[in-house]
Amino acid sequence: MSEDVHLSQISMDFGSFRAVNNVEVTIKPGEFFSFLGPSGCGKTTILRLISGFMDPTEGAIKIGGKDMRGIRPNARPTALIFQNLALFPLMPIWENITFGLEVRGVPKAIRRAKAEELLQLVDLHDSADKRVSQLSGGQKQRVAIARALAVEPKVMLLDEPLSALDLKLRQHMRAELRAIQKRTGVTFIYITHDQGEALAMSDRVGVMSQGVLQQVATPQEIYNNPTNGFVASFVGENNVFTGRVKSVSDGIAVFDTPKGNFSAKLGQNVSVGDTSKLYVRPEFCTLHREADAKANSIAVEVSEIAFEGNFVNVFVKDHSGDTHMVQVQNDPAVPPPALQTSCQMVFNPASCMILAEANTGHSGH
Amino acid sequence: MQELIRRYGISLSVIMAAMTAFWLLALVVIPNLVLFKFSFRLYLPVDQLGGPNDVYTLKNYITFFDSPIHINVFFATIMYSSIVTIICLIVTYPIAYMLAKVLKPTDTATFFLVLLIPLWVSEILRSFAWFIILSAQGPLNAFLVGIGLIEKPIRWITGFQAVVVGLVYAYILFMLLPIYNAIQALDTNQIEASQDLGASTWRTHWRVVIPHSKPGIASGCVMVFMLCAGSVVVPSTLASTNSRWFTEIIQQWMFEGLDWNVGSAYAFLLLVLCIVFVSLVMRVLNVRLVDIAK
Repeated sequence: MSEDVHLSQISMDFGSFRAVNNVEVTIKPGEFFSFLGPSGCGKTTILRLISGFMDPTEGAIKIGGKDMRGIRPNARPTALIFQNLALFPLMPIWENITFGLEVRGVPKAIRRAKAEELLQLVDLHDSADKRVSQLSGGQKQRVAIARALAVEPKVMLLDEPLSALDLKLRQHMRAELRAIQKRTGVTFIYITHDQGEALAMSDRVGVMSQGVLQQVATPQEIYNNPTNGFVASFVGENNVFTGRVKSVSDGIAVFDTPKGNFSAKLGQNVSVGDTSKLYVRPEFCTLHREADAKANSIAVEVSEIAFEGNFVNVFVKDHSGDTHMVQVQNDPAVPPPALQTSCQMVFNPASCMILAEANTGHSGH
Repeated sequence: MQELIRRYGISLSVIMAAMTAFWLLALVVIPNLVLFKFSFRLYLPVDQLGGPNDVYTLKNYITFFDSPIHINVFFATIMYSSIVTIICLIVTYPIAYMLAKVLKPTDTATFFLVLLIPLWVSEILRSFAWFIILSAQGPLNAFLVGIGLIEKPIRWITGFQAVVVGLVYAYILFMLLPIYNAIQALDTNQIEASQDLGASTWRTHWRVVIPHSKPGIASGCVMVFMLCAGSVVVPSTLASTNSRWFTEIIQQWMFEGLDWNVGSAYAFLLLVLCIVFVSLVMRVLNVRLVDIAK
């Protein structure tokens, strides 16, 4: 039913610009895999390489063990859902959905039945004879999914298909996509710059920057144990301290910063004597009246409070005027400290990391 | 009109409206009305104008239907105009697609310049150039004999073939531009989606690109057909005695026979019959007029 996709050290050059740099990853059969990264990081290029609109400059793409070089998009076992969906406006919905069957010579009656069946699957009844322009954004989305599923692809490629939808619908479609993927068992490769989408839907996430795959891991791993500063700062919020690694014992380093010494986990590619950065998530920071001897503490003053509903972002300033963020759960019984309160921002050594900069692909790894 | 006044002010709006009205009335409506009136009156000596013989009549129109030669010329004109239109369409569609979707934008500009430069040369010169190229001792025959493809020169300028060549060359850009515009407006993702779903190149064109560019194709076809049917310069340069064009007959009535009345009647017949023909073809191909106006 589904196949694995192996990107074997692929690189893609456009003139002198290297859009994808030596990417190596195997996407397992039936997996929901997301490429996450800012625009221009090369993730869309990867999608176009897999779907066959171009071939990589170096390396090979293998689907189910078969090298795809030279095989055109119309002969690959993939189906692409475009960012703007690219439905055919001049065809009724059912012809849109079964276009892939039409080109394979499937008779009209069978196609029509298949269209009805797929419309059931994506929860769109009685729309077979409608025009594309008569559907809402979410409905068009479903038609695009049905059209891609109709050709029974081994691998489904999705290029930020939810970006045009409003927030509520987007969240609904996330769950829907995930459910359809589980039901059909097709390998999904999803492209997005929205970390929420990637974390919520994926089995595994590949974070990309400047054409280089920075980290491939489960959403939890990506968030809790980022391998470098780029992954940490692209996925989620951080308080960042710059300093130098003074010493290490048992994986916990002493980090010397202008704001004092902090203890933190030492990440990959950082060693004693290096100048680096310490990252700590706002939800791992707490505010206390007194410093905690067992944890890292820094004296701050509350400068701003932003109420977000289920949580509260408390912005604090240290003595050198830098702002940090502390995220606390909304609890009317325990309100956050008032503005201008002097207090200690405390964070545990186990929940902060000293990380190297992003991997630019220039140095060997 | 209120929108116009709001945007450009009263004086500029009046000037624009007046110029449009002048163009439509003085250059289109009135000349045609004058000829229309002419076509229902008889060609009389000056002293009989306004006399008892100066009546409105259908005689000028009947002249056409009473002369099989003119009817034959008319159908030949329609047929060869259609052939020119089809040749233009077949030649231009791939070029338009390449310009709109395959070439890089910078190359497209260069390509267009190369295509447009010949249009700056007058139609007479271009027809005459073809007359030279196609003549018995001309470069085309010299070339074909030179490479040994034919043994002795071929007479190209006989029958309608030279006219067809000349008309294709004269009007091909009127086919290219609307088709190019139509294809360019097509979202490239649609083409890629079709390929991605397994469609061959032919199928993608047949099911996605051509249906989308149908209005452009239709307007290009109508334009080329009407220009061909109404062309005077190209047929009079490149036609031979056995290939007369309907416009040549109109010209003969008007300038050789000095009978503007019958000439007008023929001109209107050409116009009306061409419109009927085009409407029929549009009906058959399921294209609406509003599509073309886009």
